[in-house]
Amino acid sequence: MSAAVEVKKLVKTFGSTRALDDLDLKVETGEVHGYLGPNGSGKSTTIRVLLGLLRADSGEAKLLGQTPWKNAPELHQRLAYVPGDVSLWPKLSGGEVIDILGKLRGGLDEARRADLLDRFELDPTKKGATYSKGNRQKVALVAALSSDVELLILDEPTSGLDPLMESVFQDCIREEKDRGRTVLLSSHILAEVEALCDRVSIIRDGHNVESGTLSELRHLTRTAITVETAAPPSGIDGLEGIYGLKVEGNRASFDVDTHRLDAAIRHLSGFGIESLVSQPPTLEELFLRQYGDESKPEATADSAA
Amino acid sequence: MSDLTGTRTFVRFFARRDLLSFFWWIAGGIALYLLTAAGVDGVYPTQADYNAAAKELAGNSALIALAGPANALNTLGGQVAWQAGLFGEIIAALMSMFMIGRHTRAEEESGRDELIRSGVVGRFAPQTAAVIVVTAANLVLGTGIAVALMAYGLAGAGSIALGVGAAGAGLVFMAVALIAAQVTDSTRTMYGITGAAIGVAYLLRAIGDVGNGVLSWLSPLGWGQQMHAFDNEIWWPILLFPAVAFILAAVALRVANSRDIGAGIFATRPGPPRAGSFLQGEKGLAWRLQRGMMIGWAAGLLIAGLGYGSAGGDVKAVIGDSGVSKALAQGGGDLTDSFYATAILMMALIGSAFTISSVQRLRAEENAGRVENPLATALTRFRWVSSHGVVAALGSAVVVGVAGLGTGIAYAFVSNDFSQVTRLLGASLTYLPAVWVLGGLSLAIFGLAPRAAMASWLALVFCFVMMFFGPTFNFPSWLIDVSPFSHVPLAPVDSFDLAPMLVLTAIAGGLSTIGYLGFRRRDIDMT
Ligand SMILES: Nc1ncnc2c1ncn2[C@@H]1O[C@H](COP(=O)(O)OP(=O)(O)OP(=O)(O)O)[C@@H](O)[C@H]1O
Ligand SMILES: [Mg+2]
Repeated sequence: MSAAVEVKKLVKTFGSTRALDDLDLKVETGEVHGYLGPNGSGKSTTIRVLLGLLRADSGEAKLLGQTPWKNAPELHQRLAYVPGDVSLWPKLSGGEVIDILGKLRGGLDEARRADLLDRFELDPTKKGATYSKGNRQKVALVAALSSDVELLILDEPTSGLDPLMESVFQDCIREEKDRGRTVLLSSHILAEVEALCDRVSIIRDGHNVESGTLSELRHLTRTAITVETAAPPSGIDGLEGIYGLKVEGNRASFDVDTHRLDAAIRHLSGFGIESLVSQPPTLEELFLRQYGDESKPEATADSAA
Repeated sequence: MSDLTGTRTFVRFFARRDLLSFFWWIAGGIALYLLTAAGVDGVYPTQADYNAAAKELAGNSALIALAGPANALNTLGGQVAWQAGLFGEIIAALMSMFMIGRHTRAEEESGRDELIRSGVVGRFAPQTAAVIVVTAANLVLGTGIAVALMAYGLAGAGSIALGVGAAGAGLVFMAVALIAAQVTDSTRTMYGITGAAIGVAYLLRAIGDVGNGVLSWLSPLGWGQQMHAFDNEIWWPILLFPAVAFILAAVALRVANSRDIGAGIFATRPGPPRAGSFLQGEKGLAWRLQRGMMIGWAAGLLIAGLGYGSAGGDVKAVIGDSGVSKALAQGGGDLTDSFYATAILMMALIGSAFTISSVQRLRAEENAGRVENPLATALTRFRWVSSHGVVAALGSAVVVGVAGLGTGIAYAFVSNDFSQVTRLLGASLTYLPAVWVLGGLSLAIFGLAPRAAMASWLALVFCFVMMFFGPTFNFPSWLIDVSPFSHVPLAPVDSFDLAPMLVLTAIAGGLSTIGYLGFRRRDIDMT
């Protein structure tokens, strides 16, 4: 199975800003791929390069096996795009915009169009100028989802949608996935990413810092452990990957790098575990770590904290 | 909390944010008067030159329609008042329009207004602050003009009269802009309405000045000239400015009282749920986006043409010293024809403004982020650019054509000679290739330097200055020849010549190609 999106060592500068700095990204055909990163990290820029709207300075970008800058129009028949900030023509109605974009792309599925309008509760007769932010977003979503394409490129598609619509959106993406479509989904909404994505990539300062399945990424963070043992535990501080250790009599609490968890539990079992509470890392924690200044959990020096 | 709470904060905010814009408008306005004075001084070194010029210019209907009634043209002051006065008033009016637009509709449209208003500010605070700031700017402009002209050595009374004329027109059109901002819910439309009002005012006084003068009194642009600067000033028209500005502002306030924030009086009606099959293509879309503007310009120029056409009977032309008139004299046509040659040239130049804004629509779409999504479909960059290019090219033909058509029809009725319809229509269409060159230039700028869109407007101003003032100010002929309009035979005076039209069309095509190739190579730029 070939990759739907393949980006290697991509560089894009705007004057002195290096928006993309040796970026690597790979999205396999048929997967829903989450694309995450702090504000200004280069997600939208990546997507615009992939769409041939921006020209990369160097590096390689392949979309469905072709080069976006050269083959944009042919490629675009096979994909649909939802921009992060949808601007509509003030005097055209939402229904007109959906039809125009659909026709320009090469046709849309009438039944699906009607179904999506219904599910997103979108009034297609309102003029662009009078839609709210969330409703503008819905216009672009309906236009993209009602066309028959192989690849969906969505840049923060749900910003501005209410929770009800967010769940409609998630249903739609699952349906797309069931039909074998590939989805590249840039998002700041972690619950959405967790619910939908097979794999995620995290970008910071224009550079890919992490890619993998969510469970692989979870592996890179710490688990919080609180344990009571029959005999007072000792020697925990001698283990690797232990942070914030507190020992009071027979009780100990600490954080441990998730991939060192096994060694820690084995060590503790020597003291006779009576109760153990383990808190798996939350997704928030994972992202805060990746977005913040530390690039790898192990690279920190806060073990004494 | 009163409706005006927070006005002071807004005043400070607006003044600080737009200091630079105001500076350029005001400096530009003052410079117009000073440069005109210096220019006139250079062209007429002796009183004998002035006397000769005054005699030639006095009865030239075409130039009077262009610049206003000819008073005291045998003096430096009279010449400055005539050549700069009307355009200074228009600059003040445009400054007021753009600044009011920026501070009222544009703010509301972008939603910033709601943010500001959720704080503790009065309902009318932003508008009131905008009025205070723009009024102050007009007063500074008027004072600046008066002081600059006095410093140049002109008489105090006349200098003040010119300053009052500019500031007064600025105030009246500020009030017009306030009303326009209340009745529509888009900034573009607001500029359209105010711009049309300025155009109608210009036209009313053009027809009035050529004819019996009654219509000039209906035009705020005419009042300044009725003060007869440097020619036994008449002061009472000063009162018209504040009185009319106040009445119009009161109307705006009334309208504002009865509407919701963000919705014009003409609230937006629902649209169709589906797109028609024509609209679904990029050409249909380009047409749909531009047709309102094209119809507006065509209507404006049709009215202008009808106005000029009906004035044809009154033409009491004496060939003057202006560049165009000189050329006309050399062409040796009849006097009414020379009036129409000037009028049609002027309308062709005005029509070029449609062409440029039509081409710059590409940039507007790009800048507003509305082209990202279409260009992410199978639509190619070529098809997108050419869809708007074709609308601009054909739309220009309509806009320029109806100007000639209107002139022809009205003159046909005045003169009972119906062959004038096709003759004057043809005359206006000979300028089309020159108009297209400006469109092509605008497209080249879009492709190569999209952020320099303003440069296409400078090119239009350049052509205008070269055509109407170039010979008067003795600009070198190579410079005048840079304007594509100087290569078109002055129809209907000169005989038709196909060669320059073909060359100009080819140049327009070349520039458009350069524009497209530039655009194909560059990023979509939304900043
Ligand atoms: N046209 C442009 N000109 C100059 N700088 C730009 C341009 N577009 C993006 N940038 C810069 O490139 C960097 C990446 O921006 P980008 O929009 O790709 O970020 P993002 O990851 O999408 O952020 P967000 O989460 O806020 O949407 C930022 O520093 C931004 O300021
Ligand atoms: Mg973004």
